[in-house]
Amino acid sequence: MAKTPLQFSHNGRDVAIFVDGGTNLLVALRELIGDMTPKFGCGQGGCGTCSVLIDGELHLSCLTLAETVAGRSVETLDGIKDGPNLHPLQRAFADNFAAQCGYCTPGMLMAAKALLDRNPQPSRAEVVEAISGNICRCTGYEPIINAVLAAASGGRARA
Amino acid sequence: MTRHRGRGIASVNYPIGMNLGGDPSQALVHSNPSGKFTVALSSIDLGQGMKSVTRQICAETLGVPVEDVYVDTADSDTGPHCMGSFASRGTHRVGNAVMAAAREARGVMMEAAAEELEVNAADLETDGRGNIHVKGAPHRSISTKDVAIAAQFKQGKTISGRGIFLVPLSDVDPETGEMSPATCYAHACLVAEVEVDDETGEVDMVRMDSAYELGRALNPRLVEQQLVGGAWMGVSHALYETPEPYYPEPVHGPRDFVEYLMPGPGDICPHDIAVLERPAPDGPFGAKGPGEMCANPVLPAVANAIFNAVGVRIDDLPITPEKVLRAIKAQGGARPQPRR
Repeated sequence: MAKTPLQFSHNGRDVAIFVDGGTNLLVALRELIGDMTPKFGCGQGGCGTCSVLIDGELHLSCLTLAETVAGRSVETLDGIKDGPNLHPLQRAFADNFAAQCGYCTPGMLMAAKALLDRNPQPSRAEVVEAISGNICRCTGYEPIINAVLAAASGGRARA
Repeated sequence: MTRHRGRGIASVNYPIGMNLGGDPSQALVHSNPSGKFTVALSSIDLGQGMKSVTRQICAETLGVPVEDVYVDTADSDTGPHCMGSFASRGTHRVGNAVMAAAREARGVMMEAAAEELEVNAADLETDGRGNIHVKGAPHRSISTKDVAIAAQFKQGKTISGRGIFLVPLSDVDPETGEMSPATCYAHACLVAEVEVDDETGEVDMVRMDSAYELGRALNPRLVEQQLVGGAWMGVSHALYETPEPYYPEPVHGPRDFVEYLMPGPGDICPHDIAVLERPAPDGPFGAKGPGEMCANPVLPAVANAIFNAVGVRIDDLPITPEKVLRAIKAQGGARPQPRR
């Protein structure tokens, strides 16, 4: 099958790849661009660990056809830190012990970033709502919710 | 329709590790010429924090800063043998092996330092900041790095240690069936409060209150993380998860995360935890293990809370709305039990 050329912005950098028809964005990011931060969990939108931002909106990359991001901006966990400095959400996740095995963490961080980008001071209920499409096996969610609230309040609080 | 509140309690006496084959784990500790130490293990850290805890144990035993210890885990091709990460055995079994290995390595390090400082090794102590000095004379001092270099390039010594922890195998008494399956027990007690809907059979968690006795908490934040997450895993087992929803008929089982039910962030409840520390005589620095026991008391406590709320006794897991509803119907309606 003929491959299709595809150009988009990946974490602020223009990339150009060739994709097979039907390739999903998760595969394009991991296998063609080499960005391993979005994880493959269920492959059908049930777990949230493949979450990325497309033009600032939260999307499940495993359910997104790669060709639909042509000319758009895709942001992954790999792009959220500022040089050597962790993003405030990453810092808060570490400080609040919000990761154990870490497999859900990329999706949790992207879901949390999507929330804080549009609502910098969310309520607890809004944080719960924002990460409700993401499954975590280890933490019991409480430390993750606390970490997002701590990041929102400038990383001071340990709720 | 009515929503009934109920409260249930459960206590567990949890054996750390197991007795099969003595349940051994090994550790090797060696210094590099940089004066930093490597702990080699086959044990795997799945996120529980065993790497952090064994690092602390090694640093404390050697008398060096924790930053000077690197833990290399989870290569069973090249690492010393470990039974695995299960049964809450990591901190206790692996920690004891690391402690033994670090103690032996410390002995060699102190001998090498003694040779450099021309004193008796028994007169030396570590300052925990990377130096070894003569007791009462801190100016007679040498850094662990210089000791490592001297051992490597001058004295021809390997600053290293071997450690194994093996529980003596307990045979079964043929007369009484008595045996000692474990040498170390942790304890927990948990009160669960639930709300049961007698029209839908749904069970909502309202709150949990618990006390966990786990020896000494070597890393209190990691212990808290285990207890919070583990208790929630217990709720998940009690009310949601099963690979065999139609057991013993395996067809129509869940095939993926969409069909395999797990609670989401909107299903959690407040959980107030008290950590009780009673150091274990055979634990590394008194530690037992906070792993599996976090989840265990939750299941019976939730089952008891449901009985307290609507008077039905469900004894197979998970306690799904269907099971609750069928049991309520079978007894002709909800029968709330007295709350104590």
